[in-house]
Amino acid sequence: MFQGGAIAVTGGLGWSYLLTQQAKAAAFAIRPPGALAEKDFNATCIKCGQCVVACPYDTLKLASAGEAAPIGTPFYIPRDIPCYMCPDIPCMEACPTGALDHGLEKIEDSRMGLAVIDIENCLSWKGLRCEVCYRECPVKDTAITVEKHPRLISKHAMFVPIVHSNACTGCGICEKACPTEEAAIRVVEPKLVQGKIGEHYRLGWTIDTEVTQEFKPHPRYKRITPEAPKTAPGMDYLNEGDL
Amino acid sequence: MSEAQNKPRLGPNGRPVRPFVMPETLGGKLSVWRYIILRRIVQLGVLVLFFGTFHWGWSIKEKLLLTGNLSSSSLLDVIPMADPFATLQIFLTGHILESEVIIGAALVLAVYLLLGRVWCSWVCPINMVTDLAGWLRNKIGISNMVSLKRNTRYAVLVLTLVLSVLTGVAAFEWVSPISMMHRGIIFGLGFGWTAILGIFLFDLLILKHGWCGHICPLGAFYSLTGKTAQLRIAFDTPTCTHCGECAKVCPEPQVLNLKKASEAWMVASGECTNCGRCIAVCPEDTLKFNFRQSIKKPESVSATTQPRRNPT
Amino acid sequence: MGVTRRDFIKSSIAATTAATVGLPLSQAALAKTSEAEAGWQWDKAVCRFCGTGCGIMVATKDGKITATKGDPDAPVNRGLNCIKGYFNGKIMYGKDRLTQPLLRMTNGKFDKKGKFQPVSWDKAFDEMEKQAKKALKEKGPTGVAIFGSGQYTIPEGYVAAKFMKAGLRSNNIDPNARHCMASAVAAFIQTFGIDEPAGNYDDIEYTDTAVLWGANMAEMHPILWARIVDRRLSHDKMKIVNLSTYSNMSSDMADSEIIFSPSGDLAIQNYIAREIIKRDAVNMDYVKEHTVFATGPYDIGYGMRATDKYAYDEEKDTQAKQLKVKLNKYEAIGQRKKEGEVVEQKNAKTAGKHWMISFEDFKKGVEPYTLDYTAEVAKGDPDEDIESFKKKLVQLADYYADPKRKVVSFWTMGFNQHQRGTWVNEQAYMNHLLTGKQCMPGNGAFSLTGQPSACGTAREVGTFAHRLPADLVVFNKKHRDFSENIWKIPTGTINPKVGSHIVKIMRDLEDGKVKFAWVQVNNPFQATANSNHWITAAREMDNFIVCSDGYPGISAKVADLILPAAMIYEKWGMYGNAERRTQVWREQVPPPGEAMGDVWQVLEFSKRFKLKEVWGEQPVPGLKAEGFKDGKLPDIMPAAIKMGYKPDDTLYDVLFATAEQKKKFPWPDPKVAKGHANHIADRLGDGWFPEKALFEEYAIFGRGHAHDLAQFDKYYEDDVRGLKWPYVNGKETQWRFNADYDPYVKKGKFEYYGKALKKLPSGDLDKITNKEKTSLAGKAKIFFRPYAAPVEQPDSNYPFWLVTGRVLEHWHSGTMTRRVPELHRAVPAAQVFMHPKDAEKQKLKRNDLVWVSSRRGKIKARIETQGRNRMPRGSIFVPWFDEGVFINKLTLDSTCPISKETDYKKCAVKVVKV
Repeated sequence: MFQGGAIAVTGGLGWSYLLTQQAKAAAFAIRPPGALAEKDFNATCIKCGQCVVACPYDTLKLASAGEAAPIGTPFYIPRDIPCYMCPDIPCMEACPTGALDHGLEKIEDSRMGLAVIDIENCLSWKGLRCEVCYRECPVKDTAITVEKHPRLISKHAMFVPIVHSNACTGCGICEKACPTEEAAIRVVEPKLVQGKIGEHYRLGWTIDTEVTQEFKPHPRYKRITPEAPKTAPGMDYLNEGDL
Repeated sequence: MSEAQNKPRLGPNGRPVRPFVMPETLGGKLSVWRYIILRRIVQLGVLVLFFGTFHWGWSIKEKLLLTGNLSSSSLLDVIPMADPFATLQIFLTGHILESEVIIGAALVLAVYLLLGRVWCSWVCPINMVTDLAGWLRNKIGISNMVSLKRNTRYAVLVLTLVLSVLTGVAAFEWVSPISMMHRGIIFGLGFGWTAILGIFLFDLLILKHGWCGHICPLGAFYSLTGKTAQLRIAFDTPTCTHCGECAKVCPEPQVLNLKKASEAWMVASGECTNCGRCIAVCPEDTLKFNFRQSIKKPESVSATTQPRRNPT
Repeated sequence: MGVTRRDFIKSSIAATTAATVGLPLSQAALAKTSEAEAGWQWDKAVCRFCGTGCGIMVATKDGKITATKGDPDAPVNRGLNCIKGYFNGKIMYGKDRLTQPLLRMTNGKFDKKGKFQPVSWDKAFDEMEKQAKKALKEKGPTGVAIFGSGQYTIPEGYVAAKFMKAGLRSNNIDPNARHCMASAVAAFIQTFGIDEPAGNYDDIEYTDTAVLWGANMAEMHPILWARIVDRRLSHDKMKIVNLSTYSNMSSDMADSEIIFSPSGDLAIQNYIAREIIKRDAVNMDYVKEHTVFATGPYDIGYGMRATDKYAYDEEKDTQAKQLKVKLNKYEAIGQRKKEGEVVEQKNAKTAGKHWMISFEDFKKGVEPYTLDYTAEVAKGDPDEDIESFKKKLVQLADYYADPKRKVVSFWTMGFNQHQRGTWVNEQAYMNHLLTGKQCMPGNGAFSLTGQPSACGTAREVGTFAHRLPADLVVFNKKHRDFSENIWKIPTGTINPKVGSHIVKIMRDLEDGKVKFAWVQVNNPFQATANSNHWITAAREMDNFIVCSDGYPGISAKVADLILPAAMIYEKWGMYGNAERRTQVWREQVPPPGEAMGDVWQVLEFSKRFKLKEVWGEQPVPGLKAEGFKDGKLPDIMPAAIKMGYKPDDTLYDVLFATAEQKKKFPWPDPKVAKGHANHIADRLGDGWFPEKALFEEYAIFGRGHAHDLAQFDKYYEDDVRGLKWPYVNGKETQWRFNADYDPYVKKGKFEYYGKALKKLPSGDLDKITNKEKTSLAGKAKIFFRPYAAPVEQPDSNYPFWLVTGRVLEHWHSGTMTRRVPELHRAVPAAQVFMHPKDAEKQKLKRNDLVWVSSRRGKIKARIETQGRNRMPRGSIFVPWFDEGVFINKLTLDSTCPISKETDYKKCAVKVVKV
């Protein structure tokens, strides 16, 4: 009995290690539209491949062992075949479990990944008039815009493409279209590249704020001077060490 | 004992015990192999339907014939089917699922509640691998390297469910060689063949019926659901001579407990996969497929527990 | 106009700041954010940090700052912030925020050697009162001192200055702005007769040339730098020249980088003047109409102690130069003397005196500053080819001399923290005045400030040892009378003897002359050069140091009593930035624990002093002034009684909470407050609005005297984003002294109407020849100032120059920014920036731990051979924000003898591997 328990525990630990390792592999997988957050997706995908069958462009593949996604789950490689953003989202419709969230109504709302520009190797960021990604982008002018910056070493403005995460679906058409030898724009898992501005700050021009006309001060103002406490912040530092 | 050797051995019913003899004629042989042939047709046929639908777009009236794989599928875009065990695991990860997969799982479960553990012998593609390993093992004569209780699979089943809760992923589905195999055949195999080879070698060299009979939690799951299944191997108790031919070919020989079978007039254990091997080799025609309701068990016998046709 | 300005700003800023990923908020995140924002109350405010004065908006909820943003309507920053400004919302929430008065005690009683223990405010003030009165009794008004600040709000600076000058009759209040702006101030007063810049930040958008003289604006004024770079990128003609003693972040955008030797700037300025004259580029009409030429003595010392009594043995050789200096080759040429001549520094105490000279004399003065001479003396990078250096000097002279090119010269600490800081500031005006490129859009010499209210408070309010509000000075009888009249105090109250400047307060502690010192809104024991002396004096001698602070820093640790201070948005406040813009904020959140605003601390303390205790006859050693007995302040009690005061009235009753003030400025004041609380008014509980009352009283000083501030309420109007004084007839002044913009200009196109030091004797380059004073009303002065070498120079024992300064990520001594985990993570420790070859020579690698030591002390830090500051060989840079790398233990407390501002940029050190 004890032995059996020991085997079960050991086996269970080894097994769960295997599972978590598999789940980690997923950081790089670009999922079909509507895919739940990676953890939830991994849990709910039954690996049936119905999305793969449904995809009219042969974009999707099921990961085999050793590929960059947990075994059996659907993913795609945009530089091979990107997602062409079918308006009826057949892959999502085919999903029996909801791992591809049926709540996704418009393909433009899907977030398969996020396109990121390697500005070091982007031709447009060098001042060449390329901007292929911008022109190919199915949600052009919202997901990718082109800003005009002055160029230091010539009189020609630079037309630099900029991806906006609030509109980029991660379809990867830009990555497929990028004319550099290795794509200089790539779809990646947003978490891998996306920062977050602190909650304590708002970009001044992104929200309108008016001076509050009837300010309500915090009620702590009604304080009474208490007796001095035994300790207070800062004492450790102040009473220790030399100057 | 020498006397006994000379005399024809008698079964408990007083009839002489006859061994199974493989017929010489092709027709006879085919008759013996009839279930194995049928099973292969079903197993491969299902995969072919999936494969054809995916690769060649087979459809009827513009409805795709059978999309997906054995984990979950859709027949003619209408009838959903899903692996109930996989669905259960996903459910245990704490996620709310679409109704489609739940309906599909219910449909499949209903089928197996009706037909018993036929998944293992009639559908599961790994069955072909383990059958081959078992056959080869008999040919060469390899003995077990380890011993393992058949109940191990229930422990694995419990572990599967517990790990699904703990790790938040469907624990068996993520490592299942079964899914790897059918998915691989339909969508491309990758490195999945290593797992399949592993099972083959395990069954061949290490433990007879090792995977399907001892470890596979999916088999364990269907063993449980198979307990109340309608389709059974009926056991015509009076005709049995206890010759033991059935148990020799049975991948789950513990189900052929003749005493229990005699009393129940059928193979009652849910672990029976309804593969039909035993039917084909029974020299007395004691064993036959039948539905639980149709198995006529004499009332008195059940009352007296005395086989009526027991010769005196 | 389809696009509003705001839309334009929105799109253009979004465009230029969005990085590769663009605006990083997804739709879902945006939705979440707006949910989180429910119930936020927004108000306008000002950034806590530098002198740029960026406007921000502050949101509060549940008594905490929840967020800030750059204010898109603020003309200074147009919605942007630097990375310090980004963290305004977090600076008040460090874990070790002081929340309770702490007193050094043993067995419940004050003990100088005891440990800090929490005490109540009452007990804190009891001890403070006892100690202050003891010091006053023993030493008179000069026995007490306040370390003030350029980070005081205007009411804070005013209440402290008035308490000291009118109440305790002590002029020993001096701000840390002395370390920051004093040279600029001295030069403004000497040149223009009135303090503060003529131009404003809009100069950037008008100019063709930005010349940075010791101002690493890329890091120290990041938002202004963004404006300069934008001008550079969008205006073809625009050029940026970066003059510095090392290569810094501002060099990266500069068209020309001139690395000069320490004090080489003095020579370069004279070279430019010489070139302007040689090329006939002097704007003669302008010069004749609006300027006179002037000079002063050269033998003015280096602002060090005249005695070596307190010097460590190691220090004595440097200290001796305060008395006598042997001129080196370059000084001899530049000062028209002989090499090796030993010059007694006779004018150390009269360094500021000056007289008019002729243009011919002026020309003679700059004549030695030829290109060859200047290049030789000023080339700062030993690895640079002298011809390429010369080329850059010529080009710089071209920029100044070209009448068609507009030029703005910017400077901060490189000029101000300079043993000849006043001189080099004046030299900047010299070249602008010679060419007439002054006080016009895009043309002018622009002194930038470091601190958020160095202008608004320290300078305008006059929290200096010699100043009264609005450019008035204590040593001028008329100014004293004027002030005493406004303050309604008897004639003779104000002490006519200039008090101790901030370095001298430290020295006074060491001398035992100051026995009671109060640190307010700054960290002088970390900030003052040669700090080992002062820390020892404070800890080992019989004195009492009070430190009001938000966080425990070195000064708190040195103190005997610590008072927890309310921080920035926990109180009402006003700051004045470098372009004369006065900006305000309301109290947003309650201070934590027992912390209280500095205004309250001073007011509450003033209740502890009765008139009869401080307004009797008082000894002031060394006082000599017309109408005063030598060494004595008169007993003014009889006069006070005549004015209706009673001997038992407190300073609080007489100076601050007068019946008139209470009546005129009642609290609550719903129109201005819009519901905001005022913890100070509440705690005082006597129904007046101290900040408003103090401000309005202070504003009387400047109104009608070219320092006009708007009404208190005006600044708080929703659509006002600060106003540039003089604010006359509802209009700000963009460019002072220019008739097109400045209502105070009464005649001509330009009028330098500043009144101070406008009557001068005349003479030649070396001396006064005619003592009769001539008036030069309406004119500015063009000074000739010669090259002088730094007093301490590298030698075989101490082979490196040490330059100190700031980094973008940290503010001053780091008490606030090092409490912001993100900023601390970004720059956790001060590094020693060093040339890779210098490192290699000593077998040092990047990140090696080294001892850096000077004659005065040593510190341990890691070296950095690349990164933001690229040093020339022979020079190292160490920022001072990190108290763990206490660099001011090493620095030399030599000051500009005129301005008394410390030179933190030039001393000799050695670097040894640990």
